[in-house]
Amino acid sequence: MLRLNDLHVHYGAVHALQGVELEVNQGEIVTLIGSNGAGKSTTLRAISGMLRPSRGTIDFEGKPIAGLAPHVVVGLGIAHSPEGRGVFANLTVEENLQVGAYTRSDKAGIAEDMKKVYGLFPRLEERRRQLAGTLSGGEQQMLAMGRALLARPRLLLLDEPSLGLAPQIVKVIFQIIRDINALGTTILLVEQNAHKALEVANRGYVIEVGKIVLADDAKVLAASDEVRKAYLGG
Amino acid sequence: MEASFQDRSAALRPSMGKAAVSALLPPAVVIGLAALLHFVIGPAIGYFYAKVLTDVGIAVVMAVSLNLVNGYTGQFSIGHAAFMTVGGYAAGSVVYYGHYLIWGSLQQQGGFLGPSTLLYVVALLVGGLAAALAGFVVGLPSLRLRGDYLAIVTLGFGEIVRVLVTRTNDVLFDADEIAAASPVTLLTSVGGSLGFTGLPFLTNLFWVWVAAGAVILFSYRLKRSDQGRALLSIREDEIAAEAMGIPTTRFKVQAFVYAAFFAGIAGGLFAHEVGTTLNPQELGFQKSFEVVIMVVLGGMGSVTGTTIAAAALVILPEALRSFSDYRMIAYALTLILVMLLRPQGLMGLREVWEIPAVRKLLRSGR
Ligand SMILES: Nc1ncnc2c1ncn2[C@@H]1O[C@H](COP(=O)(O)OP(=O)(O)OP(=O)(O)O)[C@@H](O)[C@H]1O
Ligand SMILES: [Mg+2]
Repeated sequence: MLRLNDLHVHYGAVHALQGVELEVNQGEIVTLIGSNGAGKSTTLRAISGMLRPSRGTIDFEGKPIAGLAPHVVVGLGIAHSPEGRGVFANLTVEENLQVGAYTRSDKAGIAEDMKKVYGLFPRLEERRRQLAGTLSGGEQQMLAMGRALLARPRLLLLDEPSLGLAPQIVKVIFQIIRDINALGTTILLVEQNAHKALEVANRGYVIEVGKIVLADDAKVLAASDEVRKAYLGG
Repeated sequence: MEASFQDRSAALRPSMGKAAVSALLPPAVVIGLAALLHFVIGPAIGYFYAKVLTDVGIAVVMAVSLNLVNGYTGQFSIGHAAFMTVGGYAAGSVVYYGHYLIWGSLQQQGGFLGPSTLLYVVALLVGGLAAALAGFVVGLPSLRLRGDYLAIVTLGFGEIVRVLVTRTNDVLFDADEIAAASPVTLLTSVGGSLGFTGLPFLTNLFWVWVAAGAVILFSYRLKRSDQGRALLSIREDEIAAEAMGIPTTRFKVQAFVYAAFFAGIAGGLFAHEVGTTLNPQELGFQKSFEVVIMVVLGGMGSVTGTTIAAAALVILPEALRSFSDYRMIAYALTLILVMLLRPQGLMGLREVWEIPAVRKLLRSGR
């Protein structure tokens, strides 16, 4: 479904991605783990068109998408829930969700997906008229994910959904990631919480300073010595 | 889906009638109120207060339009008066030289909706379009860049416009000379630093408040539309907005062009008002600064808040004439205080009826 080939990205002189190779198949949850500054967010930004790769290709469902504008990529079926959530603080929960559906015009489908999202996140429905800025961190993360879902993506890019959340909420979030996947959305999940991420994912990649250093089934990775030492605390 | 086309269209019909009413009613109300102001209230309150009301209307057009940029999309333009200048000079040229070329003199043709007024309305639109074009040229390069480039560029643009206008030639007033002159000569004969004198006084409460009502309605409808939410989301978090598939640059440029259009109209209104002179000093940085204060004070994004702030900032200095020397100091202090204490403005994004206290009042009234 998604294939990155020899992907390079530069921020000015910083060579952030140095030939990333990665593949996501239809129906999977794939996780990309790595430490701070390894290039995880950069990879997602390149996929969603917010950064233009300096070399390499990105293919989505067989079509090259590298360098396309973000609104075109969203239209093709890839939604990106960015790092740090980025909810629109002065808009209500419902308005945030409506912005998520910005690229769509099928009113009935949007209403249906709105219901679906409220089904996944009952808390959001209770707070639909509340300003997003007044939500708790966990609720904001739910909103960011729900908002991305309203684009009705076939591939959902999640950037550190568990960042800064209490353990109970993290559990809820990862359960919802499973549910979203079960409803038919393929997911590429970026995480620092390698333990949790490898638990929900089918496969995983480990990125270090802009290069993929390990790729395997999630279970194999979780059991491997390198990953345990570097990312699972022993 | 199962219902036949007839069933569905029958079900739609009454709501289509309703839709037409809800689309046409607000503009009709605006025109009605403007006519009331012009024919009834204006004559009743006398020349001085009518002039204040006219000034308020023009300030509302300026402030509510700047709110599209500084409020909705969260950019920071500090050169709004430059678009007013562009519109004012464009409209002034059309009206002034148009009169000479069509009727051979500046003599006003017809009354309230006579030929002169018709030319004037066309001129206002020409002024708006000229300003919108200028807005596009200035906005496209600067809005592509992030950060405060827009503020710097709009400031520079204001200076350029001021200097260019100062360099123009004296206004022509000989009908034969005007008839023989080329369009370029006419457009560059708009009075230089002395100002564009001799413009007929065609602006009145009616046209000012039609324009003010139009910009208020336009802004409010925009705010409640998909595109409006998209604009607001840019100001809230540009990166996230982009991730949602919103073409952020295009929308920022669009908002900027709309705002410039209305500022251009305001310029045309100002140019033909009794007791004002269209000159390069009048619509300089100080004017831009006043408009920014109106938006900041009223609430970044609030249409009603900006309207109220615009009215207050026109009326208060009139009421406190003796302090008018300290006006700019008072403005600057106000701006600093609001920025420090309530950076979203007094009302933030909210409209008057969305303030909790007002809401309660409305509910208990029912
Ligand atoms: N806008 C930028 N300008 C310059 N360098 C950047 C920029 N964004 C990221 N970088 C650099 O690119 C590298 C990869 O950053 P990236 O944000 O992709 O890391 P990450 O894996 O997502 O880290 P984290 O887990 O902390 O979010 C880092 O060295 C970072 O400093
Ligand atoms: Mg990151």
